[in-house]
Amino acid sequence: MKIPYTTEIREDTGLYNGKVGMWLFLASEVMLFGALFSAYVLLRIGAREGEWPHGLLNIPIGAFNTLVLITSSMTVAMSWTALKMGNFSLYRKLQVVTLACAVLFLGVKAWEYSEKFHHYEIWLNEPLTAQEYPQLAGHSTDLNAPITSIIGHIDDAGSFATLASLQEQGKSTVEIHPDEFHYRLSAREQGQRRKAERAAGGAAATSHAQAGIPIDVSNIARLSAFVPKHSTFFAMYFTLTGLHALHVLGGVLAFAYILWPASKMWRQDPERYTNSIEVTGLFWHFVDLVWIFAFPVLYLL
Amino acid sequence: MSLKAFHLLFIAAAELLLFGFAGYENYRYWELGGSRFDLWIGFASSLVGFVLLIYAWFFLRKTKDIGLI
Repeated sequence: MKIPYTTEIREDTGLYNGKVGMWLFLASEVMLFGALFSAYVLLRIGAREGEWPHGLLNIPIGAFNTLVLITSSMTVAMSWTALKMGNFSLYRKLQVVTLACAVLFLGVKAWEYSEKFHHYEIWLNEPLTAQEYPQLAGHSTDLNAPITSIIGHIDDAGSFATLASLQEQGKSTVEIHPDEFHYRLSAREQGQRRKAERAAGGAAATSHAQAGIPIDVSNIARLSAFVPKHSTFFAMYFTLTGLHALHVLGGVLAFAYILWPASKMWRQDPERYTNSIEVTGLFWHFVDLVWIFAFPVLYLL
Repeated sequence: MSLKAFHLLFIAAAELLLFGFAGYENYRYWELGGSRFDLWIGFASSLVGFVLLIYAWFFLRKTKDIGLI
């Protein structure tokens, strides 16, 4: 039995059915991601000054992933054009590039996630000062101000460590290598410090490679990796980017299916095959458009 | 809306992002004391933006017989 309106246009909608179905689906996706973006923006502008973590995501890596997705959208559009012109072999080559871009995007995202799972914040019972520990110079604008939380890498902590897991392991101290800056410092304050360091001809701020600070486990009030429970920011970050990554994975599966097992349809019904790429391409462009919004919102603002 | 129209919309959004990002990175370098790397990323972003403009022109030429619906 032939499925109606796979290639011919319906009079009432002016489109073939697959395209109508995809646009209805994308409308529901707009509501899903729109709600998440709205929630993020409201939480962000409602946060108290200095309490919203910022500057914790790797901008060059995020920019690279943006470039990868833009490239994948270009190859999808060009592969559809190639099919319209009857050039199946060019379509195949371009779609392999699309799939490679998608897999690269997911790989980079997985690496970014794993970096976050190894990165920690420690909230202290007894504060420290940058006067005592010069490595904390980037954690406060005042050398004598009490520092109640430190962000950085902890030696031998692995990923997902908690205060309870450290206590279970019988650890009495941990050594943390502080980040160059704490997120409580605004971008302007961080910049002023960098400028001052450059003017002084050196780098006073610390990096992870420099000496760690030993912290008594008994002095730790809370410890969390950069995981969803760390803060509202990371909860939103992992929800948004995780959901987006699932969509990318869905696109990979759909493209791979059309490219290999379903490719015999090209010989039987080339127009229907071309339409299936157009519909999947619409989904792919939506997923990429979500990232075009997510990148500046999460990484830059 | 066809894939052609959606693709052009996507390119427009990507252009805004790329040139906006280039401006942001320049602001970071000149105003916020960012590193020279920020300046390079900003330059690369505007370069990609220009390449994308040329691509959009090429795409429009290539698909002049395909409708926007």
